[in-house]
Amino acid sequence: MTFWHIFLAFFLPGILGYGGGPASIPLIENEVVDRYEWLSVNEFTEVLALGNALPGPIATKMAGYIGYQEGGWFGAFVGVFATVAPSLLLMVAFLGLVYKFKDSPRVKNMSTYVKPTIAVLLGIMAYQFFAESYISVGWMHTLFLAAASFLLMEKVKVSPVFVIIGSLGYGAVFLA
Amino acid sequence: MTYLNLFLAFFRSGMLGYGGGPSSIPLVHKEVVGKYKWMNDEEFGDVLALGNTLPGPIATKMAGYIGYRVAGITGLFVSLLATILPTIILMILLLTSLREFKDQPWVQGMTKGVIPVVAVMLAVLTWQFFDSSKKGLGLKLSLFHIFAGVILLQFLGVHPGIIIGALLAYALFGPLKGTDKKKASVREGEETG
Repeated sequence: MTFWHIFLAFFLPGILGYGGGPASIPLIENEVVDRYEWLSVNEFTEVLALGNALPGPIATKMAGYIGYQEGGWFGAFVGVFATVAPSLLLMVAFLGLVYKFKDSPRVKNMSTYVKPTIAVLLGIMAYQFFAESYISVGWMHTLFLAAASFLLMEKVKVSPVFVIIGSLGYGAVFLA
Repeated sequence: MTYLNLFLAFFRSGMLGYGGGPSSIPLVHKEVVGKYKWMNDEEFGDVLALGNTLPGPIATKMAGYIGYRVAGITGLFVSLLATILPTIILMILLLTSLREFKDQPWVQGMTKGVIPVVAVMLAVLTWQFFDSSKKGLGLKLSLFHIFAGVILLQFLGVHPGIIIGALLAYALFGPLKGTDKKKASVREGEETG
């Protein structure tokens, strides 16, 4: 049953995640935190943060790690397979068909129509993480870390890797 | 040699792609079009457009498909594994070794320190999706979708899959307005131009 659940938990976000890996993050959270309760919000944050700090596609890293935690190496394989295989098969098998209708307004509308909903899902998660941080470290640390990381990543264009390493160091010293 | 080159091309773009799959797209382009010349710019653009039309992670779709085009099914697997395997193994090793120190105060502090940073990353992604939805749907319709989305998801607890499924069905089978056609042709012009 566990492997079947791992498959389902990552198949749905994979097949519904329009707009690349990041679009499937809130969908993954919905499955692994809310539905199957494999991870707490806190643990999910750790996985997401580390996933963002490491290079490579985010959806498969999360699927691999959470699958591993729930079902060992085979679980990792099942999670990654469920994330990657359906859309890749679609891409290879139906290439001719989709290619033919690539410029059709209907096919283009598909990704346009889901974007606001993905924005809402991501926004809800951002809100939850801010709320969580406010509860555990108070508004001053939260505000400082949020403002500093926003400025560094978005304005100074520092790589997220260094920002995350910096926040880990800040936490180890000031939030211990 | 082809398999080794495919492995190297996607290993490099996977390992250097910080910030999730989309950030590795220009790196893949550099390898596939620039270095190994497996495709020209136009073909690569088609693969990218098609990859964006289909659901699921973009980096693995591109790796799999380009690998398949260059060297068949084995090429598909080589490129796919080169993209995902190294970072997954790194992630599992790091997180499991971190678990052992879980109850140390400084490790708990680290966990707390990183939450606001992730919140900011998600907020930035939220903004990017909103921004690109404004371009496709217009401001009013985007705000309406967002308002409806918040109510359905947050207050009525509807599964996101149902909403996304309904929106996709509407895109495919719903009425097609004149403005949609116009917008589609404008966007085509932008992409090819």
